[in-house]
Amino acid sequence: MENISVFRGERLVLDRVGFTLDAGDALLLTGPNGAGKSTLLRVLAGLRKPEGGHVLWSGVDTLADRSQHAGRVAYLGHQDALKLGLTLRENLTLAARSGGGDPDSCMKSLNILGLADLPARMLSAGQKRRAALARVLLAQAPLWLLDEPSLGLDTSTMGLLGTLFAAHRQAGGIVIATTHVPLPLPNPRTLALPGLNESDIPQPMEDFPEDDLL
Amino acid sequence: MKFQIPSLIMAILERDLRLALRHGADTLGAVLFFILAGALFPLALGPSPELLRRMAPGIVWVCALLAALLPLDRLFGSELEDGSLDQLLMTGLPSPLIALAKMIAHWLTTGVPLLLAAGPLAIMLGMPAGSMVVLLTGLLLGTLILSLIGGMAASVVLGARRGGVLLPLLVLPLTTPALIFGAAALDAAQTGLSWGPDLELLGAFLAAAIPLCPLAAGAGLRAAVE
Repeated sequence: MENISVFRGERLVLDRVGFTLDAGDALLLTGPNGAGKSTLLRVLAGLRKPEGGHVLWSGVDTLADRSQHAGRVAYLGHQDALKLGLTLRENLTLAARSGGGDPDSCMKSLNILGLADLPARMLSAGQKRRAALARVLLAQAPLWLLDEPSLGLDTSTMGLLGTLFAAHRQAGGIVIATTHVPLPLPNPRTLALPGLNESDIPQPMEDFPEDDLL
Repeated sequence: MKFQIPSLIMAILERDLRLALRHGADTLGAVLFFILAGALFPLALGPSPELLRRMAPGIVWVCALLAALLPLDRLFGSELEDGSLDQLLMTGLPSPLIALAKMIAHWLTTGVPLLLAAGPLAIMLGMPAGSMVVLLTGLLLGTLILSLIGGMAASVVLGARRGGVLLPLLVLPLTTPALIFGAAALDAAQTGLSWGPDLELLGAFLAAAIPLCPLAAGAGLRAAVE
């Protein structure tokens, strides 16, 4: 598997960003708040269209077939996307069916199998994050796009995460993650996104009607 | 292909039905609203059985229309808020089919309970038993149309400020044809005229909505996550 990803120019937030990754690579996106790290991940996931430029996978534009691209990507947003009324297992059913992974083994590798039949509302923030990471495993996708994967995780889970990252890269997978803390990813490449200049920050004005304050 | 479209749609339906069972308030709220709103008419119009019988078709239809609006706001809103919409789109299912699955879920959790409650409400208003078949057939088609058009409008206003206010303003005008044909069929049945053509027009409206609404809604969902 070979991956060539070039991407250029996305509104004001991302200005002509480009990089290329090969199988087994890891890329850390760093930068100050508001630099566009999450936006870039969403563009790579195909959730958002870039205003200019292309995301290429083995030379083919990913927007050409969004369903196919979705099958190659496991996306972890900054929200855990768990339904609080459903149990952990029920929450993962959809991902298991689309990705084809085995929920029990994925939950086991993140050490939450014992919580599988608890409703998500009873879980702590870190446990929910682990459930969301289990969904990434379930997708069985070569490209992992992780938005702050370490949010709320304890040190032992960070160790687990390191093992999972290593196994994924060993199998030829790619990890792209945004982070503010060190992740257990050996030899990552980094892409530092510059923050906005003061003059680029749009003035808050008519787009902020007072009825929001009601 | 790693996944199969029907099994994914079933998974979304299962998930939504499970959620509706665990949090019954939305479904129950819509049905209770329907019955309560219908029960207000005799109080406001006076207890004349003749008057109520004549007005019953209109009352049942308008109340069903308004009650089906109630849970629409949460149909996609809750998915957008907790990030589930991203994950739904990442399943690889084309966005119109995701929208269609959610519309079917809306119909199962709102349309079907309303259908079940429509009979008792119609009897309460003194509608003759003979027109009950026409009422339920019309409402069967009508609630399906409502779920389709409502789902489309809900995805269009998704992410907009005050979307909940905008929603009825979008849905109600679009559903007037269904209201007109549905109530007209009932009226015809009560006066002994032929009610077939009205129901056929209702069916034609549904047939047009089935392909068009999910397409528009799918585009709305894509735009909402951008």
